[in-house]
Amino acid sequence: MSAPTLGYAPTIDVDPFCDEVLADPIPLQRQLRAAGPVVHLGSYDILAFARYEQVRAALVDWQGFQSAAGVGLANFRTEQPWRPPSLLLEADPPHHDAPRRVLQKILSPRALRTLRDDWFADAEALVEKVLADGTHIVEIDAVTELAEAFPLRVFPDAVGIPQQGRENLLPYGDHLFNSFGPRNHLVEAGESRAGELQEWTSAQCRRDVLAPDGFGAEIWAAADRGDILFDQAPLIVRSLLSAGVDTTVHGLSAVLHALATHPEQWSRFREAPAAAARVAFDEAVRWESPVQVFFRTATRDIEIGGRTVPEGHKILMFLGAANRDDRRWGADADRFDLGRDPSGHVGFGMGIHQCVGQHVARLEAEALLTALARRVEHLEPAAPPRRHLNNTLRSWDSLPLRLHLA
Amino acid sequence: MSNVAPIHQRGHVAEQASAGTARVTEIRREADGVMGLVLTDPVGDRLPDWAPGAHIDLVLPDGTTRQYSLCGDRWDAHSYRVAVLREPSSRGGSAFVHDSLREGDLVGIGGPRNNFALVPAARYLFVAGGIGITPLLPMIAQAELLGADWNLLYGGRTRTSMAFLDELGRYGERVRVEPQDESGLLDLPAFLGEPREDTRIYACGPAPLLDALATAAACWPSSSVRTERFVARDRSDGGSDTSFELTLARSGRTIVVGRSETVLEAVAAAGVDVLSSCRQGTCGTCETTVLVGRPDHRDSILDDDDRQAGDCMFPCVSRAVPGDRLVLDL
Ligand code: HEM
Ligand code: FES
Repeated sequence: MSAPTLGYAPTIDVDPFCDEVLADPIPLQRQLRAAGPVVHLGSYDILAFARYEQVRAALVDWQGFQSAAGVGLANFRTEQPWRPPSLLLEADPPHHDAPRRVLQKILSPRALRTLRDDWFADAEALVEKVLADGTHIVEIDAVTELAEAFPLRVFPDAVGIPQQGRENLLPYGDHLFNSFGPRNHLVEAGESRAGELQEWTSAQCRRDVLAPDGFGAEIWAAADRGDILFDQAPLIVRSLLSAGVDTTVHGLSAVLHALATHPEQWSRFREAPAAAARVAFDEAVRWESPVQVFFRTATRDIEIGGRTVPEGHKILMFLGAANRDDRRWGADADRFDLGRDPSGHVGFGMGIHQCVGQHVARLEAEALLTALARRVEHLEPAAPPRRHLNNTLRSWDSLPLRLHLA
Repeated sequence: MSNVAPIHQRGHVAEQASAGTARVTEIRREADGVMGLVLTDPVGDRLPDWAPGAHIDLVLPDGTTRQYSLCGDRWDAHSYRVAVLREPSSRGGSAFVHDSLREGDLVGIGGPRNNFALVPAARYLFVAGGIGITPLLPMIAQAELLGADWNLLYGGRTRTSMAFLDELGRYGERVRVEPQDESGLLDLPAFLGEPREDTRIYACGPAPLLDALATAAACWPSSSVRTERFVARDRSDGGSDTSFELTLARSGRTIVVGRSETVLEAVAAAGVDVLSSCRQGTCGTCETTVLVGRPDHRDSILDDDDRQAGDCMFPCVSRAVPGDRLVLDL
């Protein structure tokens, strides 16, 4: 690839995918936003946006910034993708239309109403179990015992995959989200199991394996109606299994960490949990941005932020940086604040690829937070938390929390 | 959440200011009795995304609302094209477009919505009657783009009444134009041929054509045939951006939603924040339960059954049917 004709985009040489930045991306995000509306990343020779205005503009411009050449660093125009590309995430209109339409209906707030009572009851049962052996104070690891346990309890059932092998879901997602970045040690570490995990995941997407009443079966039913082709159905089921587990786990970890480290926000949340749960979760998705970055590819020379992105070049959108841009969120952008209206954050993306599972994630969060509010008076860190490094996801490996019961 | 600052006080509304209004930037005669309109966002923003088969609600300055299929190019994010047939019995609606609408005028738009989506297939047979060509134009462009095998049978009263013949000319043999006064009624059985697994039939036109198609395609699997009835009906019950009263059930407060603000903005100004995201009626985030009143739905999400149920709305774009008031579960 020839070097982009940049000239005037300031160059930053820090590698956004090095361990140090992945462990704490905030300083680099600040540096990128301050540098200008468009920056040149020296380590990959690509252009990047970290301010809200440009990130949002690039997200919604599917005509100019395509996804079908991959939403990671790899350019599918010249490089072979490691797995068959997603029919949603890695597709452009018109191919994107039918799969999106089908999935959007299945995962719409209206469709999810039937799950609501069950998920609220499941969340209560889980919280009950986690708190069982405590009378006043319980210490837990909120990552494994809540943030992972709850989605793994409800989501695979909702999709309709069998019990066996569910432990593969998180490692599969972890490798997938690593693979959007450069081929660094995180990707290399995942490669030994990638084939096996991919095979397992694909096997769960077959019609005869899926329960007759889940999201998976509904996707196949859409093929019966002719809304999608039969050979598209398994890949659309795969989208749920790839994009729907790790993301939610890290979203839940984010909100639990935020509430545990901001006691005044927890009290505020507990005053009116029914009204505040949704805002708390979306504010955490803004503040922490579980999905930190995605790439696009320019379909023509495009002017943005006063610079030209040349046709065929990859751009990197720092969703996490946009979600803390003080130009959009005000001087206190770095604060986790339930008094803020987080509407319009790009943590779920924006435009035609905006997270089709966002209502699923919100419902899971609402159920879990509501159950916790009922039983927990306040919560605090019990030991220093530990980050889990991933090229795309911002996540926790361990969040030791002390819960004081109500 | 009384301690939440309303959105407008935070001064970040710029990116969603203009949902629901468009400027008529071009009016063009497309055929006898058919006017083509080009609509753009008044401040030059992108218009909401759409796919072939979609229609918008057009809310005209005279208060009538009509649905028109989008027949432009979705790769142009900044403009919509619709084509309006003058209805013989129309007083408002299509007659207004033909007689009174001028370039530069502002109109309200709702949607886009799509009840007629193009599904993937290797081969398509398109059947258009008169102005029913409009939703098929972008489908044809798409079929061409995808390299699908396709044919169009296009009927109308007379050649001069049939819109977009020039545009269709470039497709050569794939298009058969059959004005009734030259070739009589469309020979549908001959056009459809034997049922084929890999083929989808898309038809739009007046009721008699679609009835004839239903007969001719009786031996095709029902999932292969997709139709949209072109109904000439002016609605004056919905639409224009009047102000109305809205009650927030949880606090019992009643507020007025002004002409030029959205329900979301009005509610936020009253200190109640509803989580939102796209502010275009596409993402579903702001879904709100309606307890009393008839919403004037402007979103791209709810289908006709959902709308009939009337129990929820998207306050980022939807309003109240004029003369009605709403009670929301907020
Ligand atoms: C907190 C949790 C979640 C976060 C932060 C998140 C984030 C995102 C983001 C940023 C995108 C946009 C990608 C792009 O623009 O290229 C996206 C797309 C997507 N998400 Fe999520 N997601 C979450 C949960 C879920 C869940 C629960 C599901 C499944 C039920 C899901 C399924 C998808 C799919 C299939 C896409 C691709 C949509 C398309 O390209 O049309 N996500 N997500
Ligand atoms: S904010 Fe997206 S539908 Fe209202």
